[in-house]
Amino acid sequence: MTTYPTIAGPERVSATAETRASGCFHCGAACAAEGVRFAGKAFCCLGCRTVFEILSAGGLEQFYQLNEAAGTRPPQAMASNQYCYLDEPGVRARLVDFADATLTRVTFHLPTVHCIACVWLLENLFHLKPGIGQSQVNFARKEAAIAFDPTRVKLSEVATLLASLGYEPKLNLADLDAKPANPAERRLWLQLGVAGFAFGNAMFFAITGYFGLDAFTGPQLKVFIGWLNLLLAVPVVTFSAADYYRSAWRSLRQRLLNIDVPIAAGVVAIFAQSVWEVASGHGEGYFDSLCGLIFFLLCGKLFQQKTFDRLAFDRDYKSFFPLSVTRRRGHAEERVALSQLSAGNHLVLRNGELIPADSKLLSGPALIDYSFVTGESEPVEKRPGDYLYAGGRQLGSSIELEMVKPVSQSYLTSLWNQAAFRKDRSGTLNALTNAYSQRFTKVIIAIALGAAVFWTFVNPGKSLNAFTAVLIVACPCALALAAPFALGTSQRVLGRQKVFLKNPFVLETLAKVDAIVFDKTGTLTAAGAGSVTWHGTPLNEAEERWIYSMTRHSTHPLAVRIGEAIARQHFPEPVRSFLETTGCGIEGSVAGNEIWLGSATWLESRGLVCVARCDEGTAPSESPHIGSMVHVALNGHYRGCYALASALRADAAQLIAKLSVNYELALLSGDNEQEQERFRVLFGPGPHLQFHQSPLDKLGFIKRLQREGKTVMMVGDGLNDAGALKQADVGVAVVESVSAFSPASDIIASAAMVPHLAEVLSYAKQSVATVRAAFLISTVYNVVGVGIAASGNLSPVVCAILMPLSSVSVVAFACGVTAWLGGRLRGGELRVESRSNADSQLSTPRSQPTGGVP
Amino acid sequence: MSVIFLLIPLSIVFAVAFLFAFIWSVRSGQYEYTTTPSMRLLLDERTATKPASEPDNSPNPKLK
Repeated sequence: MTTYPTIAGPERVSATAETRASGCFHCGAACAAEGVRFAGKAFCCLGCRTVFEILSAGGLEQFYQLNEAAGTRPPQAMASNQYCYLDEPGVRARLVDFADATLTRVTFHLPTVHCIACVWLLENLFHLKPGIGQSQVNFARKEAAIAFDPTRVKLSEVATLLASLGYEPKLNLADLDAKPANPAERRLWLQLGVAGFAFGNAMFFAITGYFGLDAFTGPQLKVFIGWLNLLLAVPVVTFSAADYYRSAWRSLRQRLLNIDVPIAAGVVAIFAQSVWEVASGHGEGYFDSLCGLIFFLLCGKLFQQKTFDRLAFDRDYKSFFPLSVTRRRGHAEERVALSQLSAGNHLVLRNGELIPADSKLLSGPALIDYSFVTGESEPVEKRPGDYLYAGGRQLGSSIELEMVKPVSQSYLTSLWNQAAFRKDRSGTLNALTNAYSQRFTKVIIAIALGAAVFWTFVNPGKSLNAFTAVLIVACPCALALAAPFALGTSQRVLGRQKVFLKNPFVLETLAKVDAIVFDKTGTLTAAGAGSVTWHGTPLNEAEERWIYSMTRHSTHPLAVRIGEAIARQHFPEPVRSFLETTGCGIEGSVAGNEIWLGSATWLESRGLVCVARCDEGTAPSESPHIGSMVHVALNGHYRGCYALASALRADAAQLIAKLSVNYELALLSGDNEQEQERFRVLFGPGPHLQFHQSPLDKLGFIKRLQREGKTVMMVGDGLNDAGALKQADVGVAVVESVSAFSPASDIIASAAMVPHLAEVLSYAKQSVATVRAAFLISTVYNVVGVGIAASGNLSPVVCAILMPLSSVSVVAFACGVTAWLGGRLRGGELRVESRSNADSQLSTPRSQPTGGVP
Repeated sequence: MSVIFLLIPLSIVFAVAFLFAFIWSVRSGQYEYTTTPSMRLLLDERTATKPASEPDNSPNPKLK
């Protein structure tokens, strides 16, 4: 599963510590020549040195022996009151898991946890600060549960300690919501354990009867075994099978016959019949079959409950919004919880911080990255007085805002008040099995009644017996197991390919999909990965070097991208009189040459003619006039422009071609139409291409398709798609890194898997076909069994053989076929990367927008 | 052969002991979050060296 870092011996570390000249002893980052030195070791910054000092003072130097340079650089400048808001009673009470007079326990999400040394350090935290008690790390979730004594240490101090060690707690609004109690899985394990225990023992005891062992001991053995098995079956029937009665009762009240109705009826019939047989001395009952039946059913239930620990499928905007923000009062700045903000507050946002509520910009200029909210791939520049929507990220220097609306009423958050977010779709779970069971149950009841009526006339003594025998043998164990095992196996196969399903039954809907809606940004195009091309009079090497030197002085994303693209072996030259005009461009002089880089309007306002429109004569799909243009003038002469394309994902064209055969396709984009031509070529003449779509437009578009009777799959990636993802029958959230935020969805898919969507869809169809085939097999068993039962000849031995045989063979068939199909899927077109590769990427921390990870 | 009437209840007693062991293990959370314990196993023998300078720095690690 997880690749563990090697544990280096102490000797080895001390040897490398002396010889390693360049890497920081704590975090391994390259150190500058004049870097910090302490205790004979090199550090890249004061922060890393401080962590080393804290650890050695606390006797925790072994951290460096567990994994070389395993540390994470702590945040550079941390305000002393950074976490003070955590001590507010309202915030604190909702954040901690447990609190009494002398003990508080809290769980922090620490995104930088990445190796075994982190686990060790965090679990030895009590050495570093008096008052901190036991801590426990959950590596898969990157969480640490920490106990501390609230009279000796404050919650904010615990958070500050973690941050100063490089484990900055990530706190967001969702942390304030009630945490789910113990996983329901614990109860299921207990039910399964009890059923398995009873099944194993009852089967062994019953075998004595089947093999005629009582010939040696006399008839008392049979009676003894009968009562013993009755005793064993009681906890199984009352505890292990309890959920089936509840589900059956709920379904009956809704006038439906789900699969649990015949199961519950069968369990009750078997138990009643067996108790009667044992009590009246007629026989030993069917207790062994009964326990086995429930055991197999619970196995299926456990199998279908596979969840992906590190993924959350139900996240809303609250997991995206931070828990606190900097508020300015007069000249003082304070960190306050988002819940304490109100309209009119003045906020200070630093580089990478998120706008928590719709606000007005007071001091700027601001450069807002709305990519996650609106789908625009380029950041937007704003001036003081402009209105800023919640959800954008500030890039560059810090800005000041005035809140106009409270957090909960902002443009973006109001999306969550839509009906789509309130509907509960759990009723459609396992629709395949339930649809089949509707007919199945009616037929079985008809046969049972028929048999009872028939025997009433022929041999009244056998009438009741035949009725219960039919119910017993028809108990659809194999039927109930087919879908969980087949679809559960498919879910695991897809999970290894980094397509994570919320639950196995998503596949049923996936197989029915006939319309696919794409969001442009992040799904078909990859932001920031496009090519940078030069159009105009060719530049010589010196000229390109000058431009490169200029771009190094700007943090504007376009300048950064141009700089990266033309960097090659250029060494930057000094730039004089550099000036950046927001919204226009940059100017300066390099080696005596005046250089202007900027928008066409800016250059034209200086009397130049920007001729390089560079889109004539080329096919639209190859046209570079897509994305953004940066024009260049040298010494007052126009030279041409850089075109920055937003790149289509690899294989997007093939994917569209493959899908358009069987599916109705559509493209929705929050972006403007400038790329319409290109997508028209890609999609062909038929599909809807809609631009300038607001989150609500997208939701409405999906609804329209559904009203036309389509089963819609939505592929999107941002908060702006959240409504559409939720409204669609299957919502697919595409993520670059699996640990990154994704809006609520049914499927979380790695971006690398998007080109293979067609294969995933056809695999879903094959899996559902497998389930249907398994239904057929189980029906054959039922026909045989019911035949025996209706003739009034069902004996416990037949039952004990038929039931496990049918269950095991159906499960083997379902798992075997889906795994084989999955193997073909992986062996064929889908060889994305090896398994270990995929897993290690999952557990690698990605740098968060705030608090970088070196 | 009637010894079987003694052996069967005896076997049940043993089996029930194991059932309770299982119930205890589920209750104590051993069937959840299985990643970290497997890593912690590698760490068991390494405990932090006690700092000499701060004798007061010894909270009860078993605080629970």
